Amino acid sequence: MIASGTDLTLAGLWLAVVASGLYHGVNPGMGWPLVVSAGLMERSSRALVKALGPLTLGHLLAMLVMLLPFGLLLALVEWQQRIRIGASLLVIGFGIFRLVNRRHPRALARIRPTQLALWSFFVAIAHGAGLMLVPIYLGLCRAAERDSGHEAAGSLINANLGMAVLVAVVHSLAMIAAGGCVAWLVYRYLGLKFLSRSWFNLDAVWAASLIAVGALSLSLSVASRS
Amino acid sequence: MTMRPDPTFHASPKLAMEAAAENFAYTLLLSPDFSQPDALAVIDAKPRSPSFGKVVHTVTMPYKGDEFHHFGWNACSSALSPLCGHAFLERRYLIIPGIRSSRIYVVDTKPDPTQAKIHKIIEPEEVFKKTGYSRPHTVHCGPEGIYVSTLGGGGKNGTDGPPGIFIMDCETFEILGRWEIDRGPQKLHYDFWWNLPRDYMVTSEWALPPQFENGIVAEDLLANKYGHHIHFWDLRARRNVQTIDLGANHQMALEVRPAHDPVREYGFVGVVVDTTNLEASIWTWWREGGRFHIEKTATIPPEPAQKNQLPPLLQGFGAVPPLVSDIDLSLDDRFLYVSCWGTGEMRQYDVTNPRKPKLAGSVRIGGIARRTPHPNGKAYAGGPQMVEISRDGKRVYWTNSLYSTWDNQFYPDGVPGTEVMAHAGANGGLELEKDYCVSFPDGYRAHQIRLEGGDCSTDSFCYPSV
Repeated sequence: MIASGTDLTLAGLWLAVVASGLYHGVNPGMGWPLVVSAGLMERSSRALVKALGPLTLGHLLAMLVMLLPFGLLLALVEWQQRIRIGASLLVIGFGIFRLVNRRHPRALARIRPTQLALWSFFVAIAHGAGLMLVPIYLGLCRAAERDSGHEAAGSLINANLGMAVLVAVVHSLAMIAAGGCVAWLVYRYLGLKFLSRSWFNLDAVWAASLIAVGALSLSLSVASRS
Repeated sequence: MTMRPDPTFHASPKLAMEAAAENFAYTLLLSPDFSQPDALAVIDAKPRSPSFGKVVHTVTMPYKGDEFHHFGWNACSSALSPLCGHAFLERRYLIIPGIRSSRIYVVDTKPDPTQAKIHKIIEPEEVFKKTGYSRPHTVHCGPEGIYVSTLGGGGKNGTDGPPGIFIMDCETFEILGRWEIDRGPQKLHYDFWWNLPRDYMVTSEWALPPQFENGIVAEDLLANKYGHHIHFWDLRARRNVQTIDLGANHQMALEVRPAHDPVREYGFVGVVVDTTNLEASIWTWWREGGRFHIEKTATIPPEPAQKNQLPPLLQGFGAVPPLVSDIDLSLDDRFLYVSCWGTGEMRQYDVTNPRKPKLAGSVRIGGIARRTPHPNGKAYAGGPQMVEISRDGKRVYWTNSLYSTWDNQFYPDGVPGTEVMAHAGANGGLELEKDYCVSFPDGYRAHQIRLEGGDCSTDSFCYPSV
């Protein structure tokens, strides 16, 4: 029973990694319109596909920048729960900040249209896209650790960092798969009209997602005090 | 903040052309002797409406002496830029600078154009303090907010330091500060526009305030002291990357009209007068191999006239210069409209080949010597001046006043405000609409026109027409 419970949690957490990737991918704010634009400006689907690379890279790096420090912190085994609670509160706090302050960082407008990877990186950071993954990631580390029992700090760090890379890669692949599909559909079939028609203001939903992920992780952390 | 992008935002020029036609035309009114406050007139442009071609609402400002000239929207199709990631602005507020007072009005056009009202007033002191510039002019909405060009630097005469561009927040309308980081040799300013995905800006030159505020200074003009440079800028880096001198005899390079389709890296600029022969000219600039190039691609000759037909300023020349004061490009980048304010002609050039403009249509109205009346019989003082094209390219609107003190020099009999509209044929040709000849209250002149939902000199598009 216990094993299957862990498996379920694990499956659920990985599903969350993929789902958040898909969610980020279809959100125009994370860059699929740039991919459409790249294809249309060059009149070539090759240019469209080429734009996916830097966009993925930027997103991936933004995820890693958020996840890796937490991976290192987790080595402080005694502090794990406090770290989980702290991370949950951080995510909730950022969600509330996004909800209250709807202004978009103007500095992003200074990035050149040709600096796709840089743009993708900063957009993901500014909107807390990586932060959204942190509680999921911490859950995965915990589940993996339970599986293998307590290990020495060194191998724990390695395991956690490996997990961070895996989570970031899986998430980014899901993100670009979803974003790439939308971009291709708009480029090839739906036309530019779809862009303005389908663009919904996700600011509130996005902020709520952050708060929800944080709150869920917080309740799990507190409940599992043992 | 809205849930969906404003329905008047369009990803490409083609989509904008396919959208519904304009219902209203906003026109700036100025009191040339500063005896009345300037105003914004809202004109009914619905062809089947009983008030078609009539002013249906006026927003009168609380101050006098602002001298309205150009204006623009708080947000346009540029909000759909793939880089901005946030398209939820409304095309709602008109940003109206006073070119003489440096005061800026923000007028709210919602819930209905006929109920437009003042939303905010930015006092001149704030412009001076935050930017060191004066005499705000062209307004465009871009990557970091609202960009406003100025004609004057600091100090009473606007000659302390060069004029430039400043940025305003597009939601709070707070002035954020100067745009330029490195202006290079740029010392004068007039119009600007850009290609957003290609990341460059183009700016032009008129003159410093002492050269225009009290009228055109003939000695300065004949000494070629008005602007004759075009500047190209790296938009995101805010740096001047190239300046091209058109030649000192090409005096006053004014309106900058880049191709609307961002794939096309060319555009046009109009030159008011060549001091060697009184010709006006159209220039085409383009980018090739990372450098900008420009060449004169069309000229319009002066027309001989009797001394008694001419104002004192021109009597020595025995001719009327065309004085190209405004140009405007249709959204399909096919037709360039050219206002010949001196000779009284609206020209339509087919610019399918941008370096070989071909005259495709022309309408005569007003003019210093010709004084052609409107086809409905009404007199038309002044000449075709600020021109605006409907998004679908089928209707061309224009007014007749250039600038208070200059009007008086070229048209000493006065320039009562008039706005007309012409129908453009699908393959060229222009015909004035008899029922659209708007008169304004006594003592007012009319300047720039903005069409409800955007027009051919406001919106910047970030995706190509496909």
